[in-house]
Amino acid sequence: MVAVAGDVFGGGGAVRTRAAQAAEFARRNPTVMISASVLILMSLMAGFAPYLASDPMALDPAVRLKPPCMIEAIGFGSSTPCRGWFGTDHLGRDVYARTVFGARISLTVGLAVAAVSTALGLVIGLLAGYVRLVDAIVMRVMDGLMAIPSILLAIALMALFGSSVQNVIIAISIPEIPRVVRLVRAVVLTIREMPYVEAAVSSGTRLPKILFRHILPNTFAPLLVQATYVCAAAVIVEALLSFLGAGTPPEIPSWGNMMAEGRVYFQIKPWMLFYPGICLAFMVLFVNLLGDGLRDTLDPRIARRMR
Amino acid sequence: MYAYVIRRIVATIPVMAVVGIFVFLLLHITPGDPAAIIAGDYANPADIAKIRARLGLDQPIHVQFVKWVGQLAHGDLGVSIFSNLPVTKLIGQRLEPTLALSVLTTILSILIAVPLGVFAAWRAGTLVDRATMVFAVLGFSVPIFVIGYILMYVFAIELKWFPAQGYKPIADGFWPFLRSIVLPSVALATLYTALIARISRASVLEVLTEDYIRTAHAKGLSSPIVLMRHALRNAAVPIVTIIGIGIALLIGGVVVTESVFNIPGLGRLTVDAILHRDYPVIQAIILVFSGVYVFINLLADLAYTLFDPRIRY
Repeated sequence: MVAVAGDVFGGGGAVRTRAAQAAEFARRNPTVMISASVLILMSLMAGFAPYLASDPMALDPAVRLKPPCMIEAIGFGSSTPCRGWFGTDHLGRDVYARTVFGARISLTVGLAVAAVSTALGLVIGLLAGYVRLVDAIVMRVMDGLMAIPSILLAIALMALFGSSVQNVIIAISIPEIPRVVRLVRAVVLTIREMPYVEAAVSSGTRLPKILFRHILPNTFAPLLVQATYVCAAAVIVEALLSFLGAGTPPEIPSWGNMMAEGRVYFQIKPWMLFYPGICLAFMVLFVNLLGDGLRDTLDPRIARRMR
Repeated sequence: MYAYVIRRIVATIPVMAVVGIFVFLLLHITPGDPAAIIAGDYANPADIAKIRARLGLDQPIHVQFVKWVGQLAHGDLGVSIFSNLPVTKLIGQRLEPTLALSVLTTILSILIAVPLGVFAAWRAGTLVDRATMVFAVLGFSVPIFVIGYILMYVFAIELKWFPAQGYKPIADGFWPFLRSIVLPSVALATLYTALIARISRASVLEVLTEDYIRTAHAKGLSSPIVLMRHALRNAAVPIVTIIGIGIALLIGGVVVTESVFNIPGLGRLTVDAILHRDYPVIQAIILVFSGVYVFINLLADLAYTLFDPRIRY
């Protein structure tokens, strides 16, 4: 177990080169490697979107609702001429361009929500785990927040805040915070009973130092896994809020907005809805797989049980 | 035993109190004037003042809170700003489709997920096990509205087996009713099934390593009996827990599914209330759904003693 941990954090085997260590890590953790590669590729596509696709906002009423050329290319010809890889929408905008640009919103919201809820949850969880008075009050509030189904809470917050990407991030982060707090608190409660923490306390170490030096590092591995799952959930909830009309402002091309616009035409022109939907599922799938891979890698005990 | 039941029931009071306070404060934590937000972007000052007076927002906050709690205690959930009907009446009108959808989804999920999880654990490492795990990850990742549209496209538009959208009340006959909620229930069940199957597999897998399982096999019991009577029963507590916790996902999923399949249930009511900024309705729905969630988890907690006689309180 120690050897595995050493490999994971790149500390094992001083003679081996960094490249050899990376290759070894990849061989041991194919899930992490594959899903991380796919996600990096998707991020690059989102980052270089202006170079990969035309203007996602450009209207062209002459080519409204044209079928995708991708379908034509694999032999399903139709009477209407095709336009663009993914077809065009009801305003003649290129669905491919909008899908590529939509990845930006999903990635931004996913990463931001993961960062915000993890950071806030970490601070609250550390305090709750170590200060009894804070614990009693904070955990009651967290229990209450967790009793509200998270999608409903996010919807209600969006109805109040009004639609903007920033508000979407806040509205999705708030329901996720209690879950992070619980996780951090559980780790703190276990670690604070460890002999080395007791030793630190009895030798007169002050509270901030105990928290940051001795307890905080133990929360990193579970938090990283949790943050990945939070990111996956946030990507879904953002699309869902936009789909219901309470998320990202409708003029911004996001996958949820595209699906909301595609609903009306779904029965006859399904591509408007399918391409963003499939990309959404694809992204969430690989974020979830990354989370599973990281969990198995960082906690060998669970990995053995799952296998 | 009775002491535990009472203690567990009492423990839900602070939780619901926090939910209540939070729901009440929702209108007040927002930056700016809540009356202006509800009135919308095109309202004139007179409209805003009217809404403020109707919601009692012109009174001091503690007076508002006491009044609100008093109304709740009488079963009064307020009056919708948009339709002017009491919220309890609105909820009553929309209850049947949501209840039908949730019950069918829950039954479907448990009937599929538990046997699947048990079988995957029993045949751990085989193709069936791998397929179950792949399904579990997919069920988690493909959003309900994407699954809903795929099902609708294949089974309603291409194959025409089921109606694409809409809901037939049970009063119109049982078959039309069932046909109208099959696709939404299957769409909604994928996530819930994935969740339960995953936990069932993990907890049965753990129980299967116990000594008494080997003993049961050694004394000549057949595998199905060992699985059902010894393994599943001992693995039941985490499974019941996840069924309870999963209700939160189910409630969120209902809102989405009803929008996709155009079902006039509580989920549609929620979405309509948001689009109209009908805050009394939103507050009431959150309160009711959270209450249902807390109540079902209370039942799940109490059910442990039925499944596992070792748990004594």
